[in-house]
Amino acid sequence: MTTIIELRDVWKIYNEGEENQVIALNNINLHVKKGDFIAIMGPSGSGKSTAMNLVGSLDIPTRGKIFLDQHNISHLSESDLAQVRGRRIGFIFQQFNLIPNLTAKENVMLPMMFQGVDEIKREQKAETLLKMIELGNRMDHYPSELSGGQQQRVAIARALANDPEVILADEPTGNLDTHTGQIVMKFLNELNDKGKTIIIVTHDPNLATEHAKKIYWIKDGQIEKVTEKLKGKWKTLKK
Amino acid sequence: MIKDYFSLASNNLKKRGLRSWLTLLGILIGVAAVVSLISLGNGLKDAVNSQFNVGSTQVLTVQAGGLNNLGPPGSGAVNPLLQSDTDAIGRLGGVEVAISRDVRGLKIDFNKKAVFTYGISIPDNQREANYVYQFADVKTISGKLIGQGDRSSVVLGNNFIDGTKNGFDKDIKVGDILVINGKNFKVQGILEKKGSFIYDNAIYMNEVDMKNLLGYGNVVDEIAVKVTDKSLINQTATEIEKLMRQRRNVKVGEEDFTVSTPAALLSTVNSVINGVQVFIIIIASISILVGAIGISNTMTTSVLERKREIGIMKAIGARNEQIFYQFLIESGLLGLAGGIIGILLGSGLGYLGTFVLNTFLGASTQPQINFLLLFSVATGSFLIGVISGLVPAIHASRESPVEDIRG
Repeated sequence: MTTIIELRDVWKIYNEGEENQVIALNNINLHVKKGDFIAIMGPSGSGKSTAMNLVGSLDIPTRGKIFLDQHNISHLSESDLAQVRGRRIGFIFQQFNLIPNLTAKENVMLPMMFQGVDEIKREQKAETLLKMIELGNRMDHYPSELSGGQQQRVAIARALANDPEVILADEPTGNLDTHTGQIVMKFLNELNDKGKTIIIVTHDPNLATEHAKKIYWIKDGQIEKVTEKLKGKWKTLKK
Repeated sequence: MIKDYFSLASNNLKKRGLRSWLTLLGILIGVAAVVSLISLGNGLKDAVNSQFNVGSTQVLTVQAGGLNNLGPPGSGAVNPLLQSDTDAIGRLGGVEVAISRDVRGLKIDFNKKAVFTYGISIPDNQREANYVYQFADVKTISGKLIGQGDRSSVVLGNNFIDGTKNGFDKDIKVGDILVINGKNFKVQGILEKKGSFIYDNAIYMNEVDMKNLLGYGNVVDEIAVKVTDKSLINQTATEIEKLMRQRRNVKVGEEDFTVSTPAALLSTVNSVINGVQVFIIIIASISILVGAIGISNTMTTSVLERKREIGIMKAIGARNEQIFYQFLIESGLLGLAGGIIGILLGSGLGYLGTFVLNTFLGASTQPQINFLLLFSVATGSFLIGVISGLVPAIHASRESPVEDIRG
């Protein structure tokens, strides 16, 4: 399988050289292959969110390199990174993060707008995606008129709008009850089955082990271990 | 794409309804003031100028007591002008003709109702009478003008025709008999509409009749002087002043009379109007400036409130400039909305002002709505919004998605 995202010897240091210097990530190496279902696991403050920001090209590393399809994106400008993630990566957040002023359909159309897709195509695609996640009857509702589970499904549709290779989900079930959380995870599993690469960031080991095929366990800014599910059994690849 | 920015921006403004309205108020008031001023501005000048009939450039006016001809003059002067003054001025070089003019209050009874207005004297000399008609540029729509030898007859200004407006509850026509200060006068003619409250509301009668009726002897309210050539007007004015100082025995600087040239009158009237316009423009500019600061303030607040939203948009692929344009257009739209409403309100005020001028001053001016100008005002308002939103939009575009998104 080809590598889509690679973090090579990556450091993220905040306020480097100052008294309040924080080493959020300490020499991390991480591979994401096409079609993977990866979990980045770790307790609060472990650096997993920083890792997610780097994997999702929301941020650039202090040291080390990040490759997206073998292209080094470590030094791209903020705007160029935006273009890259807009096309290649779909985000799902714990807080759903829909734009409150826009309807479900408009929210799904938004990432396509930023890529310059024309309005008719945007509308058709948004409708198709919302029907796929069984919200065809809620297209013109505002986020405040939708339940948490429905909002997260709209967020999934939005993440899929530009047909990205990678879906990056940050605690996707964190704000949902167990049942709704399962529905959301079912959608992610289905997407993975269809060939999408899924990366979830979570503190919940059950969620990680139940759905992911490979888990990066992060602690104190370092990768503590990497485990992989092989023939139904978890195997530690690296300690 | 630009259409999308506009739709996103207007969506945001609508969602922030009350705040948006309050924000655009400053621009709105400023633009309304400017537009109403412009639409009324020249109309107002025209109206005022036509009221005082300062169209004739060859005619000087001499008045006593420092009064000017902005109202019925003469009677209040301590040392009034006399017929002999008129005759003396008439003998000066450069003077084509000097004519005594009297404007006096009259009481008219008709249809058992009484109305107070003023009468304008017409010289009992056909040559001079013709000059008066020429100065005032009046013609009859029915009947004939007062001429030499006409007695016990009057010509009426156009406003007397309509019974609903003349105060008598009855239309007046040529041939009707009016009782003026207790004496019967026959209506001999009615003037065309002049669009000036002075001419349209006046009664014109032979000076002999007026003197007999009111008994003011040789006193003259005003002397109208026509010069032989336009270029001589200032020189003649100086000579008349010199003559009058001698006749009235006053020194330079102590004159108890005035000699007004049309240009001086025009510039006095216009400088008052200009002063008012400058004042309104200053107020409007302050209002627009405050409006611009308001927009800037609102947009800054908006950027702070929407940090998370900006972060989300960046995460899902918005480039810095896309965020920048969205906020900039939002701010421009605030200015534009204020501008458009201001234009509508200002034009409305312009029409209302014109209506008031026409109704209460008897003027016939039209509001001057220049569409190119309105388009410029709208564009200007949009640009003011854009400029006000520049700094907040730059801040918005530089927000970091990482810091904002977890909020």
